[in-house]
Amino acid sequence: MSKFMTVMMHTYRSKIKSKPFLITTLITIGLLFVITNMNEITKMFGEDDVSKIGVIDRTGETLPALQTQLKQTNDDLKAEAFTKSESEAEKAVLDGKIEGLLILDKDASGIITGTYKAEDVTQQSLIADVELALQQIKNKSAAESIGLNQEQLAAIYSPVTFAKESLSDSAKSEEEAAQVYILVYVVLFFMYMAVMMYGSMIAVEVATEKSSRVMEILISSVSPVTQMFGKIFGIVLVALTQLALFVAGGFLAVKLNGQLSGSESIINELKLNEIPISLIIYALVFFILGFFLYSTLFAMLGSLISRVEEVNNLMTPVVIVIVAAFMIAMFGRENPESGFVAAASYFPLFTPMLMLLRVGMLSLPVWEVALGISVLVGAIFLFAIIGARVYRGGVLMYGNAPSLKLFKQALLLTKQEKKNTTDV
Amino acid sequence: MLTINEVRKQFGSFTAVDGINLQIPKGEIFGLLGANGAGKTTTFRMILGLLTPSQGRITWNDKEISYETSDLIGYLPEERGLYPKLTVREQLIYLGQLRGMTRSQIQEQTNKWLKRFGAEEYLNKKVEALSKGNQQKIQFIAAVLHRPELLILDEPFSGLDPVNVELLKSAVHELKKEGTTIVFSSHRMEHVEELCQHLCIMHRGKSVVQGNLKEIKRSFGKKNVSVKADFDLTYLKDTAGVIKHRTTGDGIILQVEREEVAQDLFQAIQSKGFVRKFELEEPSLNDIFIEKVGVVHE
Repeated sequence: MSKFMTVMMHTYRSKIKSKPFLITTLITIGLLFVITNMNEITKMFGEDDVSKIGVIDRTGETLPALQTQLKQTNDDLKAEAFTKSESEAEKAVLDGKIEGLLILDKDASGIITGTYKAEDVTQQSLIADVELALQQIKNKSAAESIGLNQEQLAAIYSPVTFAKESLSDSAKSEEEAAQVYILVYVVLFFMYMAVMMYGSMIAVEVATEKSSRVMEILISSVSPVTQMFGKIFGIVLVALTQLALFVAGGFLAVKLNGQLSGSESIINELKLNEIPISLIIYALVFFILGFFLYSTLFAMLGSLISRVEEVNNLMTPVVIVIVAAFMIAMFGRENPESGFVAAASYFPLFTPMLMLLRVGMLSLPVWEVALGISVLVGAIFLFAIIGARVYRGGVLMYGNAPSLKLFKQALLLTKQEKKNTTDV
Repeated sequence: MLTINEVRKQFGSFTAVDGINLQIPKGEIFGLLGANGAGKTTTFRMILGLLTPSQGRITWNDKEISYETSDLIGYLPEERGLYPKLTVREQLIYLGQLRGMTRSQIQEQTNKWLKRFGAEEYLNKKVEALSKGNQQKIQFIAAVLHRPELLILDEPFSGLDPVNVELLKSAVHELKKEGTTIVFSSHRMEHVEELCQHLCIMHRGKSVVQGNLKEIKRSFGKKNVSVKADFDLTYLKDTAGVIKHRTTGDGIILQVEREEVAQDLFQAIQSKGFVRKFELEEPSLNDIFIEKVGVVHE
């Protein structure tokens, strides 16, 4: 087994066996099950959860209309006539016998008014439902009072026919754009997760070896460059393993959802199966390349610090970069043709997210995508070369918090060792 | 043979190692002495190829040292380091594989060494659960597991109790017998005197004394006279030719310029009373070290 493989497999095995890995994997898969089956779960709790409100109808004619109206909007909300006095009704609310009290009346001009009283007015959706029902009754009676019939009323409220068509070749239909956005969103999310979890994992690995001083034995038996890449590939393997588990878990969860609800599965609802295969391949390519880019960055940064506690200081700027990419992607969703987004998509740290967005939202010429991928690959090589150099010097250096000065020192130390690089 | 030829190492404007020349034949134990910051660790790192000399050349059997040769070299760093969360077994397997060993070779050597150090029960224990002394044993095993031709031990005995020091010393002797070339550093002079035939004392990056231990002692000239008597001996310090003196519990140790001064001292105490001890001693390495380096160390 080559030394590269030894380092890689060692990194892989020790991470896969670690408790944090097992715990995060299990929790995430558990969450996937919960999220995909949310509707089933809420049903489980909410089946007998019928809210009842008492109505004192001073108009004497509105209650039946309200009941019909509520039946349409929210079946779980029942309005019943309350025949006793208002103070008794308020007492019933406080005792919890009814959810709330609605007093219906008419103002001077004969328009229906409603007052809703409840223990507290935090149940926004319930109140909104009542208000909406009342609004509709008011509209109807107002319309009737000026002599409009049902058809005329329907004509007023029917929505306008408004179709959108894009003339530019590079634009895609709205539906396509929505699908792409979901995919970009998923990739962005995974990217963020991956960088947070695995990026820090790499930095922690390197920092642990430095702080436990095992580094000196390691670099006396294997070159820092081999070691750095062995580690990165090891962590990439860990990431792929975890991702595969998530996908498998997610698939099972969706399957389960389909069986439980008996209706269309979540995949069909989101029309995810209509996403073109080429886009999924692009997503994978950009994700993997982006992951390598950030991993190399973290390995380099990890070699600059002496203690594991300092890893967090390193994370912050990188997280800011990813958040920035996220913000630009949000902006780019509305304006995919913007020159700013196009320019930003060639900045290597943004490329994985933004180029994918552009590939999906526009019909980009192949050369643009190719250029984006080349920029990314080039940046990975550049980072790897700089990273390897800093790593060589950095691992022998113990000192203060990471800074530009430290970075230069490490490079300088490596430069002096340049002669040896030829031996590697 | 390890050859270090006119090697200098500069960090910016600071010269850590300044023109060292050493030749260490196969199967020899060589001692590198020096106070902290004398340049021992930097020298070791250059031998290992972790640092490249600013000037000069280091070869092992006429070959430059690089990652090609790293399987032939064993290293016990001064700053001990193992993975705290790995078991002894996992640790040794990983480090052994990095030195190009197969699993079965590692298993065999691990068992042999753990048995020798009486540490078999720690095989599946995490390193962080071991005592410092036991961690050191594991670290030593990691350095010799792959039967290196050249073994570099940076302060191998520091922090060990006397029993473990003896255990390690005998292991070092045995490795030497098997033909391993060993370079080790220490600031414990008695260990160097006991183990090495040849040595080099470094001070501020320079070699101040180097060569065969016996010859170094002989050419040093100055000797020690140790006297114990029933009467006060402090007046002896004023005798011509006495450089330094040190009183002990029941006597005095005088450093003298030449052997002849001892005879004068002997004359001087003869008539004063009963003398329990009068001995002319070879200078200790400690004396030589202090003299050459000019600082008191331990």
